[in-house]
Amino acid sequence: MAHARFVEIGRVAYVNFGPEKGKLCVIVDVVDNKRALVDGPSTGVARQQMPFSRISLTEIVLPVKRNQKSSNVAKIFDSHEVVKKWNASTAGKHIEHSLRRANLTDFERFKLMVAQKKKSLALKKELKKVAVKH
Amino acid sequence: MVKWYPTEDVQKVRVKRANKPTRLRGGVSPGQVLILLAGKHQGKRVIFLKQLEGGLLLVTGPYKFNGVPLKRVPQAYTVPTSTKVNVSGSDFSKINDAYFAKEKENAKKTEEAFFAPKKEKKPFSDAKKAMQKSVDAGIAGKITDPTVKKYLKTKFRLRNGMFPHTLKF
Repeated sequence: MAHARFVEIGRVAYVNFGPEKGKLCVIVDVVDNKRALVDGPSTGVARQQMPFSRISLTEIVLPVKRNQKSSNVAKIFDSHEVVKKWNASTAGKHIEHSLRRANLTDFERFKLMVAQKKKSLALKKELKKVAVKH
Repeated sequence: MVKWYPTEDVQKVRVKRANKPTRLRGGVSPGQVLILLAGKHQGKRVIFLKQLEGGLLLVTGPYKFNGVPLKRVPQAYTVPTSTKVNVSGSDFSKINDAYFAKEKENAKKTEEAFFAPKKEKKPFSDAKKAMQKSVDAGIAGKITDPTVKKYLKTKFRLRNGMFPHTLKF
């Protein structure tokens, strides 16, 4: 395990399920082995218990103290430009792309299909040149 | 106590209201691309022209693109997409429900006529062919983007992982 992401105070997490789905929040305290106290004043997540099954840990860790006040959490969150870092990260981009895919119109889906066909055709052509004949 | 009722049966007069054609759903307007869901032309993408008096939608392929002629289609059997095509250059104002009426044959109901071999199908009238051409010319001529042409030629297809209730059209 090269870069293990630990649950720690200040770990930024992405919410996968529930009413806060799609938002970023910060782990402010740990309740027990299944729940954390989570806060995201800058992203619209009220301070609340959150089961670990609902969140994914991100690469970002903030210098937040245990049970720090919401307003101070907001200050640290904004000063570290977390949303910007998240949108630039691979995981953040992946989510943005999957949202884009879900909102494709019929015509856009058609254009995508045509482009994919073109790409695979070009790929197959090149592979044929390189392929070893048995 | 028994409820009072008149001795003579009086017919209740009901005011007949004029029927309104069905409401167009999905913000459909002339030039919108629709996907046909049933019939011979299932899955084909066609262009909506106007709603006829009876409530059915008048659509055309155009015929050269996907083989769909000027056709009446119930709204329930279509899915509107967000793509629109310019149809201002096409005149389809003369087309109404009467245009699609079947020609009545004066068949003599005699025994011989009943058992006689069926007559050949009447060929598609030239007037209708001309109308199709004129309507389509105004539309197809304005479609310059080859992708849009290809889009109208291709049928809509569901693939693995595509669920209609999550798709945006």
